[in-house]
Amino acid sequence: MELLAFGDTGWGDELFRATLMTIAVSITAMLIGFSFAAIFTPLKLSKFKSLNLVANIYTTVIRGVPELLVIYLFFFGGSGAIMFVASMFGYNEYIEINAFITGSFAIGIISGAYSTEVFRGAIQSIDKGQFEAAEVLGFSKFKKFYKIILPQMLRLAIPNLSNVWQITLKDTSLISVTGLVEIMRQSYIAAGSTRDPLFFYSFAAVLYLLLTFLSMKLINKLEVKYSRGY
Amino acid sequence: MDFELMINSFPKLLNAAVITLKLLSVSLIVGLFIGLLFAILRLNKNVLINKFAYGYSYVFRGTPLLVQIFIIYFGLGQIEYLRSTFLWVVLKEPYWCAIIAFALNTGAYTSEILRSAFQTIKPGMIEAGKSLGIPNKIIFYKIQIPIAIRQSLPAYGNEIILMMKGTSLASTVTLMDLTGVAKYIISTTFKPIEVFIVAGGIYLFMTFVIHNVIKYLEKKYSFSQ
Repeated sequence: MELLAFGDTGWGDELFRATLMTIAVSITAMLIGFSFAAIFTPLKLSKFKSLNLVANIYTTVIRGVPELLVIYLFFFGGSGAIMFVASMFGYNEYIEINAFITGSFAIGIISGAYSTEVFRGAIQSIDKGQFEAAEVLGFSKFKKFYKIILPQMLRLAIPNLSNVWQITLKDTSLISVTGLVEIMRQSYIAAGSTRDPLFFYSFAAVLYLLLTFLSMKLINKLEVKYSRGY
Repeated sequence: MDFELMINSFPKLLNAAVITLKLLSVSLIVGLFIGLLFAILRLNKNVLINKFAYGYSYVFRGTPLLVQIFIIYFGLGQIEYLRSTFLWVVLKEPYWCAIIAFALNTGAYTSEILRSAFQTIKPGMIEAGKSLGIPNKIIFYKIQIPIAIRQSLPAYGNEIILMMKGTSLASTVTLMDLTGVAKYIISTTFKPIEVFIVAGGIYLFMTFVIHNVIKYLEKKYSFSQ
């Protein structure tokens, strides 16, 4: 137990901060994923075949390739890509991107592919009459989306989004390979310096279980909120 | 684009893909048995057995696969007692540690898939078997299991693809699987995009094949024919 003490003698405060880091990365990645989904879901549902193709390539490639490989691509290729863009603007110094940004971007792109599929499915399962009714009533395109489609879509999407959240949360453990100090990395450091890997990795497992458990409770409440009236 | 590197690394990555497939197939076979066992335990009426099976699937589905591999590979070696038993022969090899972790992980997901498949079997089917005087054991093997397999094929297909992606974590415990070799080539040549295209292409090809095999099986075993 003294291994988990707060302060200089134990790893309690380090692991606590690492847990916060995991939560921060997961939320950032989820939000980045949503913005990717906001771009690619309309492309998936578009009438144009070429736009469909672009969105399909995105979701198929990301969901068919291991997360770790995507993370390596970003970890090794991220600063190169940024430097390439910067050099077009005449900036030739070395740029190093922060592990947090690389990590949340890599996980965000993965989570975005899953979110895109969830939103597509949700929109497609909304009754066609709802779209038609909104048009007949003369709603503007913007209003139609925000007042009619979005609320119904969210209700249908939340149960599946909770799965995406779980996947995203667990995927953040993989960014430990880039050196970002989240739960996994901190456990690795603690296990290395105390020579007690069994304890620290088991504790990491407990932390993840706690996070998944608590987030499920929260999401269930959201689900109830969005399905009132049904 | 460095096409020469892409062509040169292709055979190396293809060789590594064989290891990925080995890891995948062994852990899927072991995981299927674990999954079936725990699915049966989940349907048991005894609360304790039921809770135990639920706890197993909850823990393995609620924690990242990476933690599970690390506990088995780094953690279990710490127990002195284990080192003196025959288990150590297995546990000192990263290959077997990875397979144990993958099998336990996929077993947890498979048990959930099979459980829900068993639960969706219409009671009428079992009753029909009973009224024909078929013994319970044979009802289970000849009626419940085939129907459950058919029901669970789509979900299990997804699980196979998820597991294939999961095997990439074997590279974190020094195994040179497809991702391991890809990372090695990236870190020596600093050409991440080229290597990603080749390695990702191989993964996508495997996903494509698995997807189509499952689709074929689904068609073959579908009810309406």
